[in-house]
Order: sequence, then structure tokens, then C-alpha cells
Amino acid sequence: MFNNVDLVETFTELIRRASTQLPAEVTDAIERGRAREVDGSMAQKALDTILVNITKAGEKSAPLCQDTGTPVVWIKYPVGVSTKRLKEDFTAAVHRATELKYLRPNAVNTLTGMNTGNGAGRGIPCIHFEEWDEPGLDVRMILKGGGSENVGIQYKLPDSRLEAGRNLEGVRRAVLDAVVQAQGKGCAPGVLGVCIGGDRVSAYEHSKEQLLRPLGDTNMDSDLAALEERLLQETNELGIGPMGFGGKTTILAVKLGVLDRLPACYFVTVTYMCWADRRAFARINQEGAISWLS
Amino acid sequence: MAELKLPISEKEIRSLVVGQFVHLSGRMITGRDAAHTWLMQEYRAEVAPYLKDTVIYHCGPVVNQKDDGSWEFVAAGPTTSIREEPYQADVIARYGLRGVIGKGGMGPMTLAGLERSGAVYLHAIGGAAQVLAEAIPRVEKVFMLEEFGVPEALWVIHVDLFPVVVSMDSHGVSLHDAVEADSKAKLKELIASKA
Repeated sequence: MFNNVDLVETFTELIRRASTQLPAEVTDAIERGRAREVDGSMAQKALDTILVNITKAGEKSAPLCQDTGTPVVWIKYPVGVSTKRLKEDFTAAVHRATELKYLRPNAVNTLTGMNTGNGAGRGIPCIHFEEWDEPGLDVRMILKGGGSENVGIQYKLPDSRLEAGRNLEGVRRAVLDAVVQAQGKGCAPGVLGVCIGGDRVSAYEHSKEQLLRPLGDTNMDSDLAALEERLLQETNELGIGPMGFGGKTTILAVKLGVLDRLPACYFVTVTYMCWADRRAFARINQEGAISWLS
Repeated sequence: MAELKLPISEKEIRSLVVGQFVHLSGRMITGRDAAHTWLMQEYRAEVAPYLKDTVIYHCGPVVNQKDDGSWEFVAAGPTTSIREEPYQADVIARYGLRGVIGKGGMGPMTLAGLERSGAVYLHAIGGAAQVLAEAIPRVEKVFMLEEFGVPEALWVIHVDLFPVVVSMDSHGVSLHDAVEADSKAKLKELIASKA
């Protein structure tokens, strides 16, 4: 299956799109933020520069941000497809995209400090596989920058500093605290992917998976939907603003997901995505035809 | 908007205050995590002239090498500066830097160092890699490319009307401290509002 399909080329195009074109809904959210800021303020000027940058990157087919991030990928595949091959092809696409300057050589040997030079390394790209019943492939990727990755944080409830218990009010306090701790360092205005529950590993992965959701969707769980809306409002009352310059536009969306937990554990895990909320989604059928979902 | 020419004097730098937008033109150098550790391990005489009276840009660019062997910056926004907090004030004092360009601001050691040495922290817009790359028309040379790789090497660059805003000045004022204090007060208020 997919034997006559050049997946390397398709994955390279997926990476190019994500690195150079911001989804329209993200640009729209930034524009709405700009309209709320005071005329002539640092916040508004920062958003103006960001909007010009988005246009230039698209026109030039060049990276929105020089930190082209870690490609984090979720692939659904039909029974019988080799995940070993998919991983090899995706890694080859990362090499190719790095040669073409859609990606920066972004993988560093942690012990020696040497850059691998080709964009890939141990654990990079980060690919999650899931078998499904459809005949084609579903590929969803985010490019997760390092500055915003550094302000991601995991809370263990109860948290006495925050007086946060094991309930949604505790979750609310943790998320608000995460945004205050991040200040502008994650390149605000950001998007928050949050996982409630899970273990220390599954929770971070699930929090990142929340970033695949459309910015404007509504959580299926009505309590979580209400909390997402409330957190979006409250994080923007903190006054941190674009780049941490002060202002009304700090967070563009809050997405909450849930995993079950052990009786002993209650984690709240926050992944912070910068304004350059880069992602690309594709469906690929067995003949190699691609439909772009983003 | 004021245009500042690099290299720049201490007097001009000390005239800048938080909130001012300025354009930089002239020669500067990039340097981030590996560079700061390296600059402090020992005095790097070969790089020192490229640091004196100019600014260091916290940036790990995407770079293209042209057929004639010369380099061009393809994407070049700022990286988060706070990681250099342990080194920055010393690097400024040791090499006579007049400023730092980055994003996210820096801490109390750097703020004190700016005041002591006569330097400023200039904030560029994070993620604006195309806008900023266009303000970098020329790459003069590079240090430590083999050892540190493209993002971490020290690139000597020429900028033309490179846009930044002063967010920490040489008078002990930091915009980042003010925003952080206000947001922490607001957080307390929000938490108190709901039990």
C-alpha cells in the first residue's frame, strides 16, 4: 500500500505549508486582538509587525519564524501500512525541508552540543501513530517552537501555593498561573493546550494534541466549554499583552482535554503555543491524492 | 522614529528610555546560548572588536549559502533572552557591548549590568522572522559555525533600519518588571474573586 506514492514529497509540502503559512483563523484572531488594543500602543505596534510578517512569509514561501520548531506529528494509517516506512519517509522529508530552508537545522546533540545539521535527531521529528479503519492516511503536524516550549508547565494538584484543589477551580488557577509565569517569553499572544489528568508523559502529549483543534470550536463537555471561555477572558485580563509589552491580547484560545488518572495523581499540564501557531493537516489516499485540511 | 547608528557611544545609549521605538543601522553580531558560555570561558580576542560599542542579537537564524560562498539570512527573529541571564551582564562589561537585542526581557542581574556599563535591552518582535531578515542586507562573517552549528554561531551582520523598542534602559527601568508586577496583582484579584 502506498508503494507507488512519493510520501517524502507530500510530507515536505506539508512542512513547507506549516512553516510559511499561518492558518487563516489564527491570523483572524490576531487581527481581532489588534482591533482591541489602544491606537499607537506598543501592543498594537507589535501586532502590526506580526501581521506584516505573516503576509511576507506567505508571499515569499519562507519561514514565519526562524525557530521552525519540532515537527510534532499525528499519523493515522490503515492496517498493513508500515509505520517504520512512514517514519523513515517523514524523517527524509525533514532533511529535505531543511535543505530547502523551510526548516532550520534544529536538532542538537544534547551531550556534545553539535548540531546534526539535517533537522532530525533522536526524538526529532516526534511522530505519534494510530491505526484506523479508513483506507487512507491522515497526517496532522504542528511545528512547536522552543521559546514557547520552555514556558510549558505541569502542575500537580493539590498545589498549596495556588490553593488549588483537585477540581476545575484548581485547574483554572493552575492555567492562570502558567500564563503569568510565561509573561511574554512564549511569544504572546499564545494558544494554550491543556491536559487535565493523565501521567507526566501522556499529559504533555495530550496537551499538544489539543492544539490540533480549530481555535473557534466548542468543547464537547459543557463544563470544560464554559471553563475554556472563562479562561480565555481571564487570561486576557492579566494585562501581559503581545510580547509581554502590556495590553489586552495575551491568549488567543484555550483548549482543555482530559485523560483519566491514577488515584494518587492529578496533573494539569499546559502547553503554550506561540502566536506562530503553525500547523498543516492532510489526507492522502492510496493513489497518493492529497486533500489539504488546513 | 529615531535611527541609531552602530557603533554607538555610551552617551547616546544613556539617552534612551523604556518605551522608545528606534531603528538600528550598522554592524552587529548574533550570539545565543553556546556563544554566551564561550565568550565567558576566556577572553575571545578575535571576536572582541565585533562586540565593542555595538549590540549582540539573541538570534538563531535560518541561513542560506549562495553559490559564490556568501551567506544570506532567510529568517531571523529574536530568541528568548532570559536564558542568557547568568552571563549577560558580564559579557556586556567584558566586551564593551552597548546593548542586547532579544525578546521576553531579562532579569535583575542584567538590569543592574545595563546601568553599570551603560547599555540597553532592545526588544525585537518575536517570530517576525521575515520582517527582521529584510532589515539584514549583509552577512559579513561568521565565528564558530562548525562547532556550534547555524543557529548558535556568531554571525557578524549589517542591518539597515532594524526595528526595536527599548524595554530595559540604563537607568534601572524595566518594562518587563512593571508588566509582571501588574499581572501578578491581577492574578491575585482573579483568584480572590472566585472561591
